[in-house]
Amino acid sequence: MKKFKKFACVAMASAMVFAMAGCGSDGSGNGSGSADATSFKIGGTGPLTGGAAAYGQAVQNAAQLAVDEINANGGVNGYTLELNYQDDEHNAEKAVNAYNTLKDWGVQIVLGSVTSAPCIAVGDKTKDDNIFQLTPSGTAVDCTKFDNAFRVCFSDPAQGTVSAQYIGENNLATKVAIIYDSSDPYSSGIYENFAKEAENYSFEIVSAEAFTEDSKTDFSVQLQKTKDSGADMVFLPIYYSEAALILTQANGMGFSTTFFGVDGMDGILSGVDNFDASLAEGVMFLTPFASTSTETNIVNFVSAYEEKFGETPNQFAADAYDGVYIIKELIEKSGVKPTDDVSTICNGFKEAISNGYSFDGLTGKGITWSADGEPNKAPSVVIIKDGVYQQL
Amino acid sequence: MRMMAAKIKSNKVLRSNLITFGMVIGVYIIVQILVAAGAVSSLVRGLLVPLCTYAILAVSLNLTVGILGELSLGHAGFMCIGAFSSAFFSKCMQDVIPIAGIRFTIAILIGALTAGVFGLLIGIPVLRLKGDYLAIVTLAFGEIAKNIINMLYVGIDESGIHFSTRNSLELNLSGNGVVIIQGAQGITGTPNDSSFTVGILLLLITLVVILNLIHSRDGRAIMAIRDNTIAAESVGINITKYKLMAFSISASFAGVAGVLYAHNLSSLSATSKNFGYNMSIMILVFVVLGGIGNIRGSIIAAVVLTLLPELLRGLNDYRMLIYAVVLIAMMLFNWAPSCIRWREKIVYKLKSGKKHTKGAE
Repeated sequence: MKKFKKFACVAMASAMVFAMAGCGSDGSGNGSGSADATSFKIGGTGPLTGGAAAYGQAVQNAAQLAVDEINANGGVNGYTLELNYQDDEHNAEKAVNAYNTLKDWGVQIVLGSVTSAPCIAVGDKTKDDNIFQLTPSGTAVDCTKFDNAFRVCFSDPAQGTVSAQYIGENNLATKVAIIYDSSDPYSSGIYENFAKEAENYSFEIVSAEAFTEDSKTDFSVQLQKTKDSGADMVFLPIYYSEAALILTQANGMGFSTTFFGVDGMDGILSGVDNFDASLAEGVMFLTPFASTSTETNIVNFVSAYEEKFGETPNQFAADAYDGVYIIKELIEKSGVKPTDDVSTICNGFKEAISNGYSFDGLTGKGITWSADGEPNKAPSVVIIKDGVYQQL
Repeated sequence: MRMMAAKIKSNKVLRSNLITFGMVIGVYIIVQILVAAGAVSSLVRGLLVPLCTYAILAVSLNLTVGILGELSLGHAGFMCIGAFSSAFFSKCMQDVIPIAGIRFTIAILIGALTAGVFGLLIGIPVLRLKGDYLAIVTLAFGEIAKNIINMLYVGIDESGIHFSTRNSLELNLSGNGVVIIQGAQGITGTPNDSSFTVGILLLLITLVVILNLIHSRDGRAIMAIRDNTIAAESVGINITKYKLMAFSISASFAGVAGVLYAHNLSSLSATSKNFGYNMSIMILVFVVLGGIGNIRGSIIAAVVLTLLPELLRGLNDYRMLIYAVVLIAMMLFNWAPSCIRWREKIVYKLKSGKKHTKGAE
């Protein structure tokens, strides 16, 4: 028995060492461009399993769709694109592991991460390696803290600020109540910036009720307080699944008011099972992308996505699809080659993106970037009328 | 030299401890050589610090579960406390103490101390009771710690530290104040002080302390409590004191692991993934798989179970499925009675086979 244990120890230790060494052999190409040199390697991390998997999968699917389209149309400057998405389980630690896996694969451009906390952790590493990072949907400010990182979506402060401006400038309300998820950085980030910006406008914040990840099924307490505060508008900087519950429960207690959401609200009409979509009538929200739009490029994207993956694309998918095309145009503009090392590609992209580059895509027209990584694009607000989104 | 060799041979405990230390140091040397030779992939290099973190967690939990014989389901909570207290310190002192070594040493002490104090505070009322109360209370503690940190806003400016539980605006910071803990967004921008060498050093310190404790007079008292409380009490052992001692030491090493974790990533937020109930169970799985009370086993189990899902990345969507299957298979192989009998039979056959060949020579 003793001997066996000893034997097992030795066996396990040697197995580990071999495993490590085995990984090393295929990881040596990292940093010096891919060996075959006919394709650019785009990598990203996102939650492909677990609670946030819907977002990661949307990004992965849409990015794959864009890459396939580009390759089918002859690639970029004669080179093809290759996409590799790794699961980060919406966890900063796993995201770093996933990113290291991508490095072993030979990643040259990072399209990620999908969610904020993993994106910040990965951003720290891409800065060290000087790899260009474009996050489709990492909204926290710190996601683009370093000069190699840019984003496609609005940041949290931008969404909070823009929402407050929109409500204030259009005099939509006088008393605003907020229900937000205090355990979610996205939601609390928007809430804070909304509250900050609201001081500059005539409307008043009469209540701010929080819930957490562990208590997101029963909102009766928050709704009762909101109702008692006499609010004529409720701001919901949360995702659609919770928003649907809030709308249902508010209806159940006979509380009718105007609801205003942010881009997380996208998906409320079709994303929730057993949700009476008529309750969402009159809900307004800020979104860069509406899948019901009649613009040709959006119609084409939506039908291609639906055909391939069997579901309607959400805002995450649109951001990722745009992200791939932004990378394509940056490759064309900077003239980098797959044989260049990652630093050259990164520097070429950085120069290209901040020098008068503008992008027309699904999530906005004429988007430009400043050196701090933030996109400049016009926000758009939609209202749900007769079961479809209508631009305001 | 020969005397020492003889001593090692006769002293079973010493030999077992030396094997444990030798294993850790051996792996360290091999890995360092491989890293220097450039034979280690980025993935594995990135995993070195987390491996140390989880090994420390598993060893420290084994003290509570295996040696003290109490079930703790909130080990991730202590890790969380250690991580946040030390990251808070490091972030504040980043400019005041520019030398990373000194700052990190103090951070480790702070993390260990804070987690240890919380362990003591929880232990004082709970460890006086008999039964599974510790499991219930630590389970709650882990969740409470996570949720409190999620609602906590802390900022700092010239006039001192400001607290709020609502939002960062209510901190009323002056113009050049900085928000350090920002509610659910946690702490971002913690200096990257953790390294594999530090991790291995901390693991060795953990092993020295815990192995020495187990084999000391106090350790024997703790094990006596585990085996028979009434008998231990009747020979005059102060039950609460020894229980508290083991539990708070276990908690403070969980804090140390938290420090290592926090200084390895630039974003630290208390989610259910990293500091929640699932994590506590994960650490418990390391301990159970490695063998309750078996320190060396915990290290091996922690390393194998942390490496496994990462090395299985090639399987894409089937990764988690295969991981679960492998976990079940390993549990059965290690601990199912029929498997143990089968293994013993194989070992016996191998041994007798060897003797036969020797005899024939």
